[in-house]
Amino acid sequence: METFNDSMRIDRRTALKWVLAASAALQLPATALAQDTAKSVTGYGKDPNLLKVYQIGELWPLTLSEQQRATATVLSDLIIPADDESPAASKVGVVDFIDEWISAPYPNNQQDKPVVVQGLAWLDQEAQRRFKNNFSALMEKERVAICDDISAAKPAAQFEQAAKFFARYRALTAGGYYTTPVGMKDLRYVGNVAMTKFDGPPPEVLKKLGLL
Amino acid sequence: MPLIDTAGLQKEYDVIVVGSGAAGGQTAYTLTLDGAKVLMLEAGRNYVPEIETPMFHTPDQAPLRATSTLDKEFGFYDATVDGGWQIPGEPYSSASTDADRTFWWWRARMLGGRTNHWGRISLRNGPYDFKPKTRDGLGFDWPISYDDVAPYYDKVEMLVGIYGDNHGLENTPDSPAGCLLPPPKPRAGEALIQKHAKKTGVPVIAVHRAVLTQQLDFKRNAALLHPNNPRAQQIVADSMRSRAPCFWATDCGRGCSIKANYQSTTVHLPPAMATGNLDILPNAMVREVEMGKNGRATGVVFIDKTTGKEERAKGRIIVLAASACESVRILLNSKSAQFPQGLANSSGKVGKYLMDTVGASVTGQIPMLEDLPPHNEDGAGGMHVYAPWWLYKEQMAGKLDFARGYHIEIGAGRDMPSFGSTAGLANHVGGYGKKFKQDMRRYYGSFVSLVCRGEMIPNEDSYCDIDPQKKDQYGIPTLRFHWKWSEHEQRQALHSHKAFTEIIQNMGGRVTGKQDLLPGGYIIHEVGGAIMGADPKSSVVNQWGQSWDVKNLFLTDGAPFPSNADKNPTLTIMALAWRSADYMLAAMKRKEL
Repeated sequence: METFNDSMRIDRRTALKWVLAASAALQLPATALAQDTAKSVTGYGKDPNLLKVYQIGELWPLTLSEQQRATATVLSDLIIPADDESPAASKVGVVDFIDEWISAPYPNNQQDKPVVVQGLAWLDQEAQRRFKNNFSALMEKERVAICDDISAAKPAAQFEQAAKFFARYRALTAGGYYTTPVGMKDLRYVGNVAMTKFDGPPPEVLKKLGLL
Repeated sequence: MPLIDTAGLQKEYDVIVVGSGAAGGQTAYTLTLDGAKVLMLEAGRNYVPEIETPMFHTPDQAPLRATSTLDKEFGFYDATVDGGWQIPGEPYSSASTDADRTFWWWRARMLGGRTNHWGRISLRNGPYDFKPKTRDGLGFDWPISYDDVAPYYDKVEMLVGIYGDNHGLENTPDSPAGCLLPPPKPRAGEALIQKHAKKTGVPVIAVHRAVLTQQLDFKRNAALLHPNNPRAQQIVADSMRSRAPCFWATDCGRGCSIKANYQSTTVHLPPAMATGNLDILPNAMVREVEMGKNGRATGVVFIDKTTGKEERAKGRIIVLAASACESVRILLNSKSAQFPQGLANSSGKVGKYLMDTVGASVTGQIPMLEDLPPHNEDGAGGMHVYAPWWLYKEQMAGKLDFARGYHIEIGAGRDMPSFGSTAGLANHVGGYGKKFKQDMRRYYGSFVSLVCRGEMIPNEDSYCDIDPQKKDQYGIPTLRFHWKWSEHEQRQALHSHKAFTEIIQNMGGRVTGKQDLLPGGYIIHEVGGAIMGADPKSSVVNQWGQSWDVKNLFLTDGAPFPSNADKNPTLTIMALAWRSADYMLAAMKRKEL
């Protein structure tokens, strides 16, 4: 769980995990533990334009087929459906984001790719097995029956693999959704605007916390 | 002042400064405002925060929702250019494959170096921190005391602008009136921690950070900083006036286009440039310091990265301010008949006593912080309060099983949702559907982090040397790191876990995660490697950062630190760089240098 104000420290920990993973993947010789893993990756590079607004698919080719996208759309929208306050996940580009994510050349993205691709295939297979149709063509209660099995706190043994996929897919969906202006508003994040002063929390907040 | 290329080099400079970060920036500032002609060499590209900083960009405008990748390890919008834990073509190595004994080296190849993205935490070392060996018998004393450095802390605070407050706590120095800017009020979670940490005996007070909470008093400060120098006063006042105060949005790690926080590129370099006394040559990768027959340094050899050619620059004084490890690397690679084991290394101590900061943390979920009424907690783009080390007396009385202290950095607030924070929150809340959305709203902003930043004692097993096998893409031999934490650091991290757990429980919260002691270098507070001392046999430089062996060679970065207090090193680097530069100016006036 990452909750620092200073995003620098958040990413330090994440980065450690990834750099260690990358080093392990490359099987570096013993004398060269910490060197030059960056060379093995062709992403956006060490000096990308930070001001540009990037479009999904412009940096590396995407992965998902139409059918995979259909399944992904339905699953994302089951995880984050529309409600009175905000639209469903797919309406703010979450499926595009997940496609971008699993298509990226970085080690952790490459690690997620088979998880997502195989997980989406499993959903269709399972839908066929139980209901003789693709996941995206199922009725709501049929989809829910499958998702309940793979989102249980302790899934049955035959769903363990699918449950891992579901948890990761839910994290990607949430990370994709709540980092958009729509998703931020949904969490009641009201910052990222210039202000002339900072007065600290309003009285009703301090009161609730026993600080007034 | 021109930003130059190699063809634009003057024949000789008064001073060559290698590096453009906190140390190089402060050194060049002090020298040029007093009239010295300075050449600054920077290994990276020119960088202009005013036009390159993604101030209000949201994660969905970046690749991969702006999260960390191997290319941008602190996230897409982090200010670091051409840097990180790994730089293609510029390797380093660890002598051990044991993860606990590796050292991680963060570099930034850009004008302003790491000052562009740092946390802006600006704590003064206290009196104990300069005499640690006297206090507990471990490590080394500095050849200077707090009183020697205090006037320079005052100056740096007035120049760069630091918010904070005075609390009169032990070994946590107050600043004289007129040095600090008013601190921002605590955020909700910060105030809650402030209240409940008291039960554990932990004082939570305003942190000191290099962010303008109001405009600097440019006339007054410039006059105090540069008495009897009206031109310097005018230049510095103009530069201060061009900086806007914080507008309470955007993370400082992105840099700051309105110049509200300190970056060398927005605070030190513009006035230095305005004097007309500074040439800055970017893309100049320094390989070695050259020596003359008289035992003096004559200049530096560098690779012009734009052409790949070896070039030279000449100066009366050479200052290495390239960051502790990079400066050590330059010394060790400057071999000659006189200095077969590296320049300025008659003591054999170059590279030795490398230190970082102890880093560990505990995260907790606080039910009281759930479902708070929405309010804007962006604040000053970093923390507002922290806790200084609070157990000096217990430590002296032998009641603790480790010798040195740590401070607590506090993370709490309704930050801009990031990929990492919301994906992590999703794992925490579980489930899916409308209930999932409600739970995300409920729990967002209800987590706090308590982070240990502790003092490491220098030891014989933590150092760097030249890797006999490797060269970088410029043909320059690279560093190899050796690292070992002692029991003092390991026990300190464990102590912090216990204290943090207690504070989280005081608030009615539940611990959700713990970070054990991180590897060396991970906090990016590396100092030492060319320590200062009173004895040429056991130290590399004197109290002025001046080499014992080569009188016109100085180090003004973190390399001369003989200890690494829990206080983040940048403010002390700047104060000592100013002090060193004053010494150089006086010595030049006396014609000694």
